Amino acid sequence: MRMIQRTNISKKKVIMIRVVSILLSLLTASLFLQFMGHNPIEVFVSLAIGAYGSAYRLRETLTTAIPLVVTSIGIMIAFKMKFWNIGGEGQILMGAFAASYIALNFSTLPKPILLMLMFMAGFIGGGLWALIPALLKVHLGTNETIITLMLNYVAIKWITYLQYGPWKDPNGMGFPQIATFDQNALLPKVFGIHIGWIIAIIIVVIVSFILAKTKKGFEISVIGESIDTARYAGMNVKHVIVLAIILSGGICGIVGMMEASGVNRTLSSNVSAGYGFTAIITTWLSGLKASIIIPVSILFAGLIKGGSFIQTAYGIPQSASDVLQALILFFIIGSEFFVQYRLVRNTVKEAL
Amino acid sequence: MNTSFLVAAVIASTPLLLATLGELLTEKAGHLNLGVEGMMLLGAVAGFATGFYTNNPLLMLLGAGAAGGLGGLIFGFLTITLRANHTVSGLTLTIFGTGVSSFAGTTFIGQKMSSEFIDFFKPVPIPLLSKIPVIGPMFFQQDFFVYLALALAVFLGIYLYRTRYGINLIAIGENPGAADASGINVDLYKYVHVVAGGALCGLGGAYLATVDVPQWQEQITAGRGWIAIALVIFVSWSPYKAVFGALLFGGLSIVGFRLQHLNISQNLLDALPYLVTIFVLVISSFRQSKKNAPPKALGVPYFREER
Repeated sequence: MRMIQRTNISKKKVIMIRVVSILLSLLTASLFLQFMGHNPIEVFVSLAIGAYGSAYRLRETLTTAIPLVVTSIGIMIAFKMKFWNIGGEGQILMGAFAASYIALNFSTLPKPILLMLMFMAGFIGGGLWALIPALLKVHLGTNETIITLMLNYVAIKWITYLQYGPWKDPNGMGFPQIATFDQNALLPKVFGIHIGWIIAIIIVVIVSFILAKTKKGFEISVIGESIDTARYAGMNVKHVIVLAIILSGGICGIVGMMEASGVNRTLSSNVSAGYGFTAIITTWLSGLKASIIIPVSILFAGLIKGGSFIQTAYGIPQSASDVLQALILFFIIGSEFFVQYRLVRNTVKEAL
Repeated sequence: MNTSFLVAAVIASTPLLLATLGELLTEKAGHLNLGVEGMMLLGAVAGFATGFYTNNPLLMLLGAGAAGGLGGLIFGFLTITLRANHTVSGLTLTIFGTGVSSFAGTTFIGQKMSSEFIDFFKPVPIPLLSKIPVIGPMFFQQDFFVYLALALAVFLGIYLYRTRYGINLIAIGENPGAADASGINVDLYKYVHVVAGGALCGLGGAYLATVDVPQWQEQITAGRGWIAIALVIFVSWSPYKAVFGALLFGGLSIVGFRLQHLNISQNLLDALPYLVTIFVLVISSFRQSKKNAPPKALGVPYFREER
């Protein structure tokens, strides 16, 4: 057996390979569940019911899909340049921090103005937090993966500090929590889901437009292909990377604003709820395509919500859904090989 | 700074040292495995489980090493055989390991290792050497696991720089094509060292779960895997320097308890190791030179050209 690089592959075949790999990951998960003494089919069915089974559950799932879609879009911009921004968590938290500062101190402003200011603060908070690894990367060549990750921990500790210290709610009866936002600072609801879903769609459209139709978007994709080519073509590589990463972090920061205002109604160290990490999976599974991020995120939001449902129904820990997510990703990553290469049997004839 | 602080710093540095050595070995083979945190957690839960049920320290070590090695094997299969992207494969491994450990660890929450087991890992002074001031209590009055980690650092140093296998491995990390042409079995070397690296990370996690804390906590590693990846860069891929790099960070992670009288918030002090990691990485990027450079083929999938 040896392998050769494929020169061309039909779209149908690519889709087939992907479907087979997802089925294989589900099969692996089934074996695992069977081993634990559960009927895998039953578990998968209740997972789906827990996620999409009623209007209420569907709303809950879509509410979870909003931060996933937006964070994935933010991360996608960075990944397109092979800038491994795994600091989504930290950028979400710092965006939430900046937006909360506005919400807690200027709650008397008219609602639209207040929300607009919070929105901008969220973008700036996340964008500045991402600016640190971007500047270090382009000027010193520092590994961005570790810096963005370390900044996640710093952000968590910072918000925890605020929660226990200076921002602690004096009316919180001693609980280490920050005051609930004023009614004015809460995102309104449309069709029972906070308005973030409309913002998410707008962000998807804008980012798709930037990437597909503008000069900067083109430069981002060239840098992703080859930095040398970009330099040779006379692009200001450092400038483009820094701008794109501010946009990437800023979009994650908007997630922080939406989660604090639309879901949690306050700031706490768990507003990010792991979205920064799950978004890495959804972004990669979407093949870095904005339009595919939406269905993949809704699917993964379903895995999260369904996961907590089967926890109560079967006593299967919530973390089972994390394992399932990782399994799916393992198989998809592995399947890439079969898209790129083709296995050929070494026959005697060929050897001669 | 008193001696008891330094002794505690060595203990805190042990999981970091093991994980750093594991990642170092993996990177020498040209593979950047960002799954250290995941492999540490796999080792932590497997080590805790085997230690908890069998009370046998040796089986605990084997269990932890096997679990970490399994993580390495998954990563190896994806990146060596299937030539997948190292960054994404490693990140997924971290998500996988985190999920598996909290899944398997649900039954252990709040459980402690038996006193019999804890007794086995009591400090054992080494005659004569332990009498040396400062150095003695730091390095020669510790438990078996600490000795194991220190011995592994020295062993890996000798292995990498003084044996044929080590030299071959370094050659693969620098230029797999040339190594292949000179008759080295590149894939086999990569597999062996990526799996061994995973096993070392697993041991690091197990030290935390069974000796350092000895009680099960979710996400017990708290980012140490990532610090280890940064440490590999900081110690410029040298197993000997890894001992001191890990010691520095071990000290930092416990310095918070010692500074409580200064009236600084504990939450801010907790951020210190992460901030220093950033600082250290920035410093490391300043002093990049030929001697401190990463293996040249790090993170690049190797594809043997058609002949």
